[in-house]
Amino acid sequence: MTIIFSWGRVAAWEHHLKTLSDRRHIAEIINESMPGLAYGMGRSYGDVGLNPNGFLWQTAKLDRLISFDENTGQLSCEAGVLLRDIQRLMIPRGWILPVSPGTQLITVGGAIANDVHGKNQHHYGSFGNHIQKISLLRTDGEIIECGPQLRADWFSATLGGLGLTGFIVSAVIQLRRVVNPFLDIETIPYQNLSEFFSLADEADLNSEYAVSWVDCLSAKGRGIFVRGNHSSGEHQLKISQNSVGRTFPLTPPISLMNDFSIKIFNKCYFNLKKWRAGSATVHYEPFFYPLDRLLEWNRLYGKKGFYQYQALVPRANRQEVIKAMLNEIIRSGEGSFLAVLKTFSDKASLGTLSFPKSGVTLALDFPNKAEKTLGLFLRLDAIVQEASGRLYLAKDMRMSRDFFEKSYSKFSEFLSYRDPGISSSMSRRLMGY
Amino acid sequence: MQRKKIVIVGASSAIAEQCARLWAEDPAVDFVLVGRTLAKLELISADLCVRNPQSHITNWQVDFIDPVKIKAVVDAIVQTGKVDIVLIAQGSLPDQRQCQENLSLCSEALSINSISPVLFAEAFLGHMQKENSGTLAIIGSVAGDRGRKSNYIYGAAKSLLACYVQGISHRLAKTKVKVILVKPGPTDTPMTTHFKQQGLRLASAKTVACDILGAIKSGKSVIYTPARWFFIMKMVQYIPQFIFKKMDV
Repeated sequence: MTIIFSWGRVAAWEHHLKTLSDRRHIAEIINESMPGLAYGMGRSYGDVGLNPNGFLWQTAKLDRLISFDENTGQLSCEAGVLLRDIQRLMIPRGWILPVSPGTQLITVGGAIANDVHGKNQHHYGSFGNHIQKISLLRTDGEIIECGPQLRADWFSATLGGLGLTGFIVSAVIQLRRVVNPFLDIETIPYQNLSEFFSLADEADLNSEYAVSWVDCLSAKGRGIFVRGNHSSGEHQLKISQNSVGRTFPLTPPISLMNDFSIKIFNKCYFNLKKWRAGSATVHYEPFFYPLDRLLEWNRLYGKKGFYQYQALVPRANRQEVIKAMLNEIIRSGEGSFLAVLKTFSDKASLGTLSFPKSGVTLALDFPNKAEKTLGLFLRLDAIVQEASGRLYLAKDMRMSRDFFEKSYSKFSEFLSYRDPGISSSMSRRLMGY
Repeated sequence: MQRKKIVIVGASSAIAEQCARLWAEDPAVDFVLVGRTLAKLELISADLCVRNPQSHITNWQVDFIDPVKIKAVVDAIVQTGKVDIVLIAQGSLPDQRQCQENLSLCSEALSINSISPVLFAEAFLGHMQKENSGTLAIIGSVAGDRGRKSNYIYGAAKSLLACYVQGISHRLAKTKVKVILVKPGPTDTPMTTHFKQQGLRLASAKTVACDILGAIKSGKSVIYTPARWFFIMKMVQYIPQFIFKKMDV
């Protein structure tokens, strides 16, 4: 048995590990290690990727590319291929992943299973909107090939299906053309939520990428808004293949992110960004994936780890609801440095349990202070639930089953597509087994 | 620009595959992949083909123990043109205890880890010597530096490779052919999954591959990868036998 941590390091549970490295032999390995769960890079904050006391089928070595059509941009690859490897290989050839989240150190299988989104959700939807085909292996040995026009019900269940509908062996991704690896971005400080929403609404129309950092300790909700588009200017296509970030060297006994340091960080960050506001042309890696510059940054929160709370609230009353959430956080005295605010458009995600829908999403990291933190989450849940919002399953590890069932209205439809040989901590918590 | 021809024997080994991916970053490289299972080679060559569409890749399936078949395959490969680099990477990590109890397993482990690489190397080096060019790298192991009870069959096989490389380097000293022995420490490959579960710190196959490419470029005769294993093994070699006997390693 090996201890595997959730990315937030709140959970540290024992697992039996099975390494998969040859797609021809997956069925045999899975068959002798059930119930199990596919496990990629372990970047899920909560318990969606864990199966305590059970098997994890490790996919990181299932990382072969299968084919690529230079004319259409369709890439077929195994589930363990990293988004980073696709970007670094394909961008110099004029193709890019249409959607990628805040880290590129995740697998294609994980991106599908959580139907991840990025800074361009308002234009390009989520990862699943660009998947042409999934090859799904059920634990009884059946192989289901599914896509938007091919067994579409299985396709919808598998996108954002938390790895519970079968083992994703490979996928075909539709890449999009890109001229160079640079983006023209603009950094704009805002003083309150009303300014944020007018910037976000404007960006919905004019900017492909838009995201903001919010100072969750400021009463008005000040922050830094960043918007951008792919640069069309002449730039060199060459990018460094081996640039890796620094690794955070140790797990401190106590969190380095505490009330005091977060207050200072937030103040400094806001003022630094305000000072540097304006236009710039930047490489895609630091813009898309700022967190990848410090590997194992999750250890900053010390031995007790941290939670990430990401909620989505519908468009109606969005400003009041986000304000109420920020007020609740200030009242609780809990702070968050990594606080991200982003609007979602009505570009529909295709997965039955996909997270994005029209509205605004707020994502926050909180050091784990046990009951104090969990108590705050319950109060935030009440605000989100009241506003008919929901939480992102890829980040969660404590939502109640009742909240899940009420906020993911299609969950019962999803259950009939589950694979009985697959189970996770999250599925046992929210779906019974 | 002249294209480089690289032959990889044991091409489906994790380290060899990572080497191939790094080489494939250069558009002017052609590959000859040699392995025991064609279907596995096809997965790898398809992957390399996506990474480098300009590359010409051929797959050869061959019995790794049969000297006649090895000679025939190597001759056929060499006939298609001069070889610039040969990487010999096949191997398996046997269970020591099973090898002690089952001599067939013991024989298999010795064959695949020592006899087979030597046969391939001899077959290629004859041609390379005639051409007076090329580099041949063999993957050995730190386990070959000192025998210990938990893996001496594997270690003995890898130690044979070290002695072989010494001899062949001597033979080829007056030529332009370079021979390199690579000694990886424990590496994260499907072969070492059980080490990982025991919490042992393993180097990534990609890190080892980077070091192999570096050694081939610089022409070093022996490399340890990651480099810290040079110092670790020096210390291990100097531990007096009466102390070593008491150690549970």
